[in-house]
Amino acid sequence: MTTPPPPATPRAAHPPATPGPATTPPDTHRTALPHSAAVHLATAPQPSDARRGAVARGPGGRRAMTAHAAIAAEMGGRGRVVLSTLRSAPPLTLRQTGPERVHLVATAAGPLGGDRLRLDVRVGPGARLEVASVASTLVLPGRGESVMVVEAHVEAGGRLVFTPEPTVLAAGCRHRMVVRLTLAAGASAVWREEIVFGRYGEAPGRCHSRFDAVHDGRPLLRQEFVVGDPAVDGSPAVYGDARCVGSVLFAGDEPRPLAAEVGEGRAVLPLAGPGTLVSALAPDAVRLRERLALPAPDGP
Amino acid sequence: MNASLLLLADSRLPAGGHAHSGGAERAVATGAVRDEHDLAAFLHGRLTTTGRVAASLAAASCALATTLLPDATPAGGPASGGGEAGWTALDAEADARTASPAQRAAARTQGRLLLRVARRIWPSPVLDGLALAVPSPHHPVALGAVAAVAGCPPRDAALAAAYHSVTGPATAAVRLLGLDPVAVHRLLATLSDTLDAIAGTAAASPHPDPTPPEGSPSEAPDVWAALPAHAAPALDLLAEQHVRATTRLFVS
Amino acid sequence: MGTDHADHHHAPDGHGRALRLGIGGPVGSGKTALVAALCRTLGPSMRLGVVTNDIYTTEDADFLRRAGVLDPARIVAVETGCCPHTAIRDDIAANIDAVETLEERFGPLDLVIVESGGDNLTATFSRGLADKQIFVLDVSGGDKVPRKGGPGVTSADLLVVNKTDLAPMVGADLTVMSRDAAAVRDGKPVLFTSIREDRGAHTVADWVTGMVHDWRHVHATPETPHATLHP
Ligand SMILES: Nc1nc2c(ncn2[C@@H]2O[C@H](COP(=O)(O)OP(=O)(O)O)[C@@H](O)[C@H]2O)c(=O)[nH]1
Ligand SMILES: [Mg+2]
Repeated sequence: MTTPPPPATPRAAHPPATPGPATTPPDTHRTALPHSAAVHLATAPQPSDARRGAVARGPGGRRAMTAHAAIAAEMGGRGRVVLSTLRSAPPLTLRQTGPERVHLVATAAGPLGGDRLRLDVRVGPGARLEVASVASTLVLPGRGESVMVVEAHVEAGGRLVFTPEPTVLAAGCRHRMVVRLTLAAGASAVWREEIVFGRYGEAPGRCHSRFDAVHDGRPLLRQEFVVGDPAVDGSPAVYGDARCVGSVLFAGDEPRPLAAEVGEGRAVLPLAGPGTLVSALAPDAVRLRERLALPAPDGP
Repeated sequence: MNASLLLLADSRLPAGGHAHSGGAERAVATGAVRDEHDLAAFLHGRLTTTGRVAASLAAASCALATTLLPDATPAGGPASGGGEAGWTALDAEADARTASPAQRAAARTQGRLLLRVARRIWPSPVLDGLALAVPSPHHPVALGAVAAVAGCPPRDAALAAAYHSVTGPATAAVRLLGLDPVAVHRLLATLSDTLDAIAGTAAASPHPDPTPPEGSPSEAPDVWAALPAHAAPALDLLAEQHVRATTRLFVS
Repeated sequence: MGTDHADHHHAPDGHGRALRLGIGGPVGSGKTALVAALCRTLGPSMRLGVVTNDIYTTEDADFLRRAGVLDPARIVAVETGCCPHTAIRDDIAANIDAVETLEERFGPLDLVIVESGGDNLTATFSRGLADKQIFVLDVSGGDKVPRKGGPGVTSADLLVVNKTDLAPMVGADLTVMSRDAAAVRDGKPVLFTSIREDRGAHTVADWVTGMVHDWRHVHATPETPHATLHP
């Protein structure tokens, strides 16, 4: 990835990636940000940048990487959240952008075919953590499949808000995404996943994502998205004529119950277990984000 | 293949299936499905997502039920039925794969009706046990259990479930769009390889150990976590629109 | 319908459950009007439930609920997927489910009425769903309909010929209808009604009351005592 512009920040979406005063957590391994990314982080987001998103990326041109990054948030003294772990592993670079917020900054193009990337997130009892990314992830072709695994665990009373920018499937990519989210009883999480089927006017590569959320030992949501088989992508039963698919999971007890509803390209689906899924299909990433947003101020 | 599979897969099995269109009615109403070509894409997409998930759940349910059949229980083991924790856990796996409340309701209604009908056709303590644990199980869970009791292996259960996922919408589309029924059956015929492949994979998924340690019926929910979970967001939207529609011919 | 059903796996012999009365006949003949009249007349003396099989909407169920003849919760609508006759004859599962749901929620009941979605003359209720059935015709189809027969006309336990008020307007001869019906029905009863003008509906109610009495006599079990009926 090169010079990522700030994320699209439609109304009622997640707060922009403007960094707060970066407090230095005790046990932190950091990789230096490339100059360009740092500049962007320090700049207020330009609405016009939203459209460029992943489009303005150069080709990968690097070797496959294996990386294992980790974040852990705990309750420290005086009711403050402490990032007890903030371990970057290129190309997954983590930067604390607020007292309880971390941004994921990609410091290389990709993921590229052959990459094996993994991020562990742990939110301790009673702690809060927000994880976002500064730009969408452009998945590029390479040697073999690229793999991105996110393993997240939230302890009782903890809350994780995981709202990265979309994953864009460039033509020819072969990508595998795995998310395992486990919540203890009394934990909650907001988790956004957005997949864009290729850059503008481009047929998507292939992608298989699997999301498993388990709450208090019981399965809450398991869903897989397969993209890149034209016979399935265009099916009126699957994505129809949409170019993006996304969802926001509210897992665990929400302060505010979400009412079931269905609208243009989106539905708010109360799950069988404690949680609600906002599910959306859209022609482009901007509208996808709009459809995933909730009318209320604390939406994702 | 066990001949009972024919009964289970027959759309004339009086288990309420004729009143479910699997999203086809709403797809027709919204204009997403207008002709045979659209229907082909609809059915293919439905089969490779919802159908695949249903097939895997049915195979898992069949495998579980098989371990609970009276003649599978070692002497001194549980006399019959049982498996309550297993049924509840498997049904919860189906729930977790069905985000839409409308789809869960439709799946449970069909499961309940199938179970009721099957308990008269193939009376078995295994089905009594399922009904006791989960009175309105998800349809694939009910189907798998019924298949086992009727003498079918997991692959047959998976095949019936996958087939069920496309026949309802196909018949509904014939009725709603006045399509040529022969043309629609030709579409179904072109899906046979996919049906076979899905059933084969579903039956090969890991299932609870058929020879559990003595005393405990096989209930290893962990192996079910990995079962397929392919989502079909458009079907979810259609199902939610359908339950809110003021006029409709089909339940789902 | 809810998903919290208890396990109600009834023996199909009918012991300890309500009489299930099917009301069939062509669209528009007055089935829903008859159900409303029966509920009004029998409601005070019997514990009732109603299942409707609307073709496209919940029109009939809504009409009955609005009519205020019965607690709205005791009226359940079943969708029939384009095939109203399938739902009452070939695949009765959804109707049985609705009937049992009513019995489970409000039971014990004395009578559950299942109104069909409207069929042609060949449609009858499965014996697995309805213990007794009424076929409702109206005079507007002309006085030849009973002669043409069909399973509904010939085999229903009671044939009702409704809208007699319209007979002069459509030139239907009620004596001809009565004679022809008797000939094809082998002595089973035929009643003429004008539900619109509140004529004859009570005779149908009396017939139903008789059926419920007989049913109770044969099928009552000590665990499910039936209400005292005041015909
Ligand atoms: N003239 C006349 N109209 C009637 C009579 N009974 C019912 N109707 C009308 O016939 C129409 C159809 O009645 P309905 O009960 O809905 O028929 P269903 O389709 O068989 O249920 C309604 O407009 C009723 O008001 C009757 O005895 N005479
Ligand atoms: Mg009616």
